[in-house]
Amino acid sequence: MSLPDSPVLVYADAANPWFSWQFLQENQDAVLSALREHASLTAEAVALAALVAIPLAVLGYWFRPLTAPILALTGVLYTIPSLALFALLAPFLPGRVTVLVGLVTYALLVITRNAVAGLTQVPEPVRDAARGMGYGRLAQLWRIELPLALPGILTGLRLATVSTVALVTVGVLNGHGALGEFLTAGFRAGYRAEITTATIIIFSLGLVLDLVLAGVGRLLTPWARRRAA
Amino acid sequence: MRYFNDALVWLNDPLNWTNPGGIFARLSEHLRISAAAVLLGCLIAWPLGLWLGHRGRGGDLVVLVSNVTLAIPTLSLLTLISLSAVGFGEAAVILALTVFAIPPLLANAYTGLREVDPEVRDAARGMGLSGWQLLYQVELPLSVPYLAAGFRTAAVQVVATASLAALVAGGGLGQIIAEGFGLGIGVAGGQVVAGGLLVAGLALLVEGVFAVTERLVTPRPLRRARGMRRAGATAANV
Repeated sequence: MSLPDSPVLVYADAANPWFSWQFLQENQDAVLSALREHASLTAEAVALAALVAIPLAVLGYWFRPLTAPILALTGVLYTIPSLALFALLAPFLPGRVTVLVGLVTYALLVITRNAVAGLTQVPEPVRDAARGMGYGRLAQLWRIELPLALPGILTGLRLATVSTVALVTVGVLNGHGALGEFLTAGFRAGYRAEITTATIIIFSLGLVLDLVLAGVGRLLTPWARRRAA
Repeated sequence: MRYFNDALVWLNDPLNWTNPGGIFARLSEHLRISAAAVLLGCLIAWPLGLWLGHRGRGGDLVVLVSNVTLAIPTLSLLTLISLSAVGFGEAAVILALTVFAIPPLLANAYTGLREVDPEVRDAARGMGLSGWQLLYQVELPLSVPYLAAGFRTAAVQVVATASLAALVAGGGLGQIIAEGFGLGIGVAGGQVVAGGLLVAGLALLVEGVFAVTERLVTPRPLRRARGMRRAGATAANV
């Protein structure tokens, strides 16, 4: 439990508020550019993860015996701590790509599991009717099953997005932590307002993205809304 | 592949295991911090979850706790608590990890009690059991599988998250990785990869051990619908 000698304690008696508008105003540009980077890392990671996870879920749905191995594999990847994942990838990939691959690996399980759940909840009579109307396998997937599985898929995307927003901060390890950089910088300087500010922005970003996805979900599933009304 | 060879060389040096700040020292720190956080989490979350489940209310609170903690970066709490009155050191790390141990423990305790068959509850009441007796003699034993599942999720999550303590110089196996990054990938790439292997190995080992334990403590007739039970667990935030 040794902390390296640092000037932290020197600041202990100086003004150290939990929040400061002044800090936010003076560092507006840096905060905004970190916020953009944070949002784009999140968006790229979740989009890439969805591109891998949804086909995996479809594969598991079409070939039922594959479902368990697919979920087990993504589960193992999920169990590996982010720090270890970054450490194992860092020597082989550029810094930002390391963070991105780590985030994608993490988001896989949540999206796959929820997409599988969504797909398997499509009622058998509906699939039967689709087959009876002459839909082929792909058309049935695209026109019937994926739209009906949309609520499940969106739940996965929302969970993945919120946890990815929080997880990006671990990228500070190799200098790609976006808003997370403020957390460690504030820690090193012993300055609380910097950490609180970054935390509030990160939390709000997660909340906003979650609401946006929830809104997209409402727009894409008008039938669910009508049923609820 | 050079870094993997370097990692093997690093792992093969006995001094890297036994030195102060070596693997054994870091591992024992890691396990001590994790155990304390999970135990503290149990002390807080189980009584609360069991009580809410027994009363049949507070489901919204349980969901809210899960969602909020999912959105808070671990690093925020680690740094903030270190700079609060708690101060630097193990206490701050343990408190931060406890916050992330609580949601799965709470959610599973609550769900476990809610899943008790209402007819069983009725029968127990009809036999004259009081509220406390109902909780201790009927509801609690029946929700053991859920409590075990929650414990496993929390333990695995905390052991994984504890590696982040290194980012605030809080000890644990993550320290090996953080120190390697500090020296630079070119110099200490092997150490970084070795640290990654150790942390990943520990997480998978803990997951395996607890999966077996969970099975052993779950009475045979209750060993079903595991997937359903785990669905109540929250996603890890590490």
